[in-house]
Amino acid sequence: MFDNLSDKLDRAFKVLKGQGQISEVNVAETSKEIRRALLDADVNYKIAKNFADSVKEKALGQDVLTSVSPGQLFTKITHDELASLMGGESTDINLKGSPAVILIAGLQGSGKTTFSGKLSNYLKKKKGKNPMLVAADVYRPAAIDQLHVLGEQINIEVYSDKENKNPVEIAKAGITHAKSKGFDVVIIDTAGRLAVDEQMMNEIAAVKQAINPSEILFVVDSMTGQDAVNTAKAFNDRLDFDGVVLTKLDGDTRGGAALSIRSVVDKPIKFVGTGEKMEALDVFYPKRMADRILGM
Amino acid sequence: VGKSKVDDEVLDNLEEILVTSDVGVDTTLKIIGRIEERVARDKFVNTSELNAILNEEIVALLAENNTEDYTQFSIPKDKKPYVIMVVGVNGVGKTTTIGKLAYQLKQSGHKVILGAADTFRAAAVDQLKIWGERVDVPVVTQGMGADPASVAFDALQSAIGQDADVVIIDTAGRLHNKINLMNELSKIKRVMQKLIPDAPHEILLVLDASTGQNAFEQAKQFTLATEVNALALTKLDGTAKGGVVIGISDQFKIPVKYIGVGEGIEHLQVFNRKEFVGSLFSER
Ligand SMILES: Nc1nc2c(ncn2[C@@H]2O[C@H](COP(=O)(O)OP(=O)(O)OP(=O)(O)O)[C@@H](O)[C@H]2O)c(=O)[nH]1
Ligand SMILES: Nc1nc2c(ncn2[C@@H]2O[C@H](COP(=O)(O)OP(=O)(O)OP(=O)(O)O)[C@@H](O)[C@H]2O)c(=O)[nH]1
Ligand SMILES: [K+]
Ligand SMILES: [Mg+2]
Ligand SMILES: [Mg+2]
Repeated sequence: MFDNLSDKLDRAFKVLKGQGQISEVNVAETSKEIRRALLDADVNYKIAKNFADSVKEKALGQDVLTSVSPGQLFTKITHDELASLMGGESTDINLKGSPAVILIAGLQGSGKTTFSGKLSNYLKKKKGKNPMLVAADVYRPAAIDQLHVLGEQINIEVYSDKENKNPVEIAKAGITHAKSKGFDVVIIDTAGRLAVDEQMMNEIAAVKQAINPSEILFVVDSMTGQDAVNTAKAFNDRLDFDGVVLTKLDGDTRGGAALSIRSVVDKPIKFVGTGEKMEALDVFYPKRMADRILGM
Repeated sequence: VGKSKVDDEVLDNLEEILVTSDVGVDTTLKIIGRIEERVARDKFVNTSELNAILNEEIVALLAENNTEDYTQFSIPKDKKPYVIMVVGVNGVGKTTTIGKLAYQLKQSGHKVILGAADTFRAAAVDQLKIWGERVDVPVVTQGMGADPASVAFDALQSAIGQDADVVIIDTAGRLHNKINLMNELSKIKRVMQKLIPDAPHEILLVLDASTGQNAFEQAKQFTLATEVNALALTKLDGTAKGGVVIGISDQFKIPVKYIGVGEGIEHLQVFNRKEFVGSLFSER
């Protein structure tokens, strides 16, 4: 579906061959191509426009080396700009506190429960931690069972209370339980919710207030389109989350939502989900994501 | 607003609205092209008329592509049991849509049976069973880890045995770029055809309204693997507009049949073109 951006830019730049510098005239078409590529990759409309404009500014007046095609030069500027916007280096998770408490939040079906399992597995296997899971989704049919099944697969204890319908109480009781049993990390899985659902947003804000987590992670589906900015902003306004998790990157989406979210909330993307299995978790590499968005 | 003539600025605004509704650049340009033609043809179009024209053009685009307006939840009478297989990528709302659809079909007097052929995702069978209890319809299961095709076969067999009107098969979420998993869908279909040669009558692809342009690729790959002939668009109760279905139904000629507007049992509606298009331009 997508042409390689660099090829496109080369085409847009055919006229430029032989000219010494990138000028206002020949840059307009290219800037349009960049914007188009970003929109095709689901980068937010306004952000794509601003981004293309800023690349244009950067490119103006740069020398076109004879060895490099103008398309390549432009692609490089675009790519570098994108990677730096995406956050330079990867950022680690905050595990301060005893136990460290990690609250998981996001839209319905984004991959929170799966990620909760993966994260506990990762902390246990790669970081030598002793984590416990808390099932605080009291709404979705079989949500608690789902977390128990995952916990069994990876040998991680899951705290739940099917009689209790109050996520704030469950979260608090889970932490108390973890303390008494000597777990050093508690990961709290919550129900999916829409940002426009006042009641549900109040609920998760109340959970945060009650447990004061060391880390709040916002889980988002990498296939998300233009709505990513609305959702990320709304969740961040209510929760002031610490990081983002991008799921389902084993698909073929370009993942422009990552750029939109970075731009609108300026929080690091910390992990990516790359499959349904408990091992399919990776830390986030900004450069790789830039390549992906540009279809390179 | 405040403009009386349809000029470039108005069209730029329109472009922004469409693109931010996930309509996609190609389809947006196509729609704007149609508007430009109309404006050139019927002179003196002003912005107050633009909305109406726009609605008409997009509704027309959807109509050209078999998307008719359904007024109620119904199924063809000549196919018994009518077999619906529900497919889609992970987490879009397949299982929930099945629960809600079963409820609607039961309400309209049909005997419904569900088949739990997602035997992979943790607690997927339990989730469908809970929906079965809510709606009070039987769920055919073989537990987790069973062969999905065999579960589907069983579900059809019991539907025939119990003289059911509809059987709805839940399948595991799968990303469309995973060849093995896509082949598995073709197999489920083949196995069902041993019992009912023209089954499944309906292959319902569920799309999440918050999904962007990747939905195109989903539609393409699922159609290649299984001949999708109906779409459901879920999670329209949020701020996402789901505009990508306009281009999808245009390109693949698949009608949008249902929309999901919440997590509750009654939160499924039949698709209405005018309302859908209207919502693209409503306050966001
Ligand atoms: N392919 C793939 N599938 C994933 C990934 N992460 C989650 N999933 C799948 O996405 C679907 C939804 O995942 P869940 O973990 O149930 O999502 P959730 O956010 O907890 O959903 P709710 O609790 O209903 O809001 C399931 O089918 C998961 O197996 C991933 O990185 N790759
Ligand atoms: N707000 C809202 N949530 C929905 C809607 N439809 C489904 N959901 C929620 O989305 C989440 C995922 O729904 P499921 O039905 O489990 O999705 P699925 O496609 O079966 O997921 P997998 O089987 O894991 O691939 C659940 O939390 C549902 O309650 C809808 O129309 N609106
Ligand atoms: K989703
Ligand atoms: Mg969950
Ligand atoms: Mg399901």
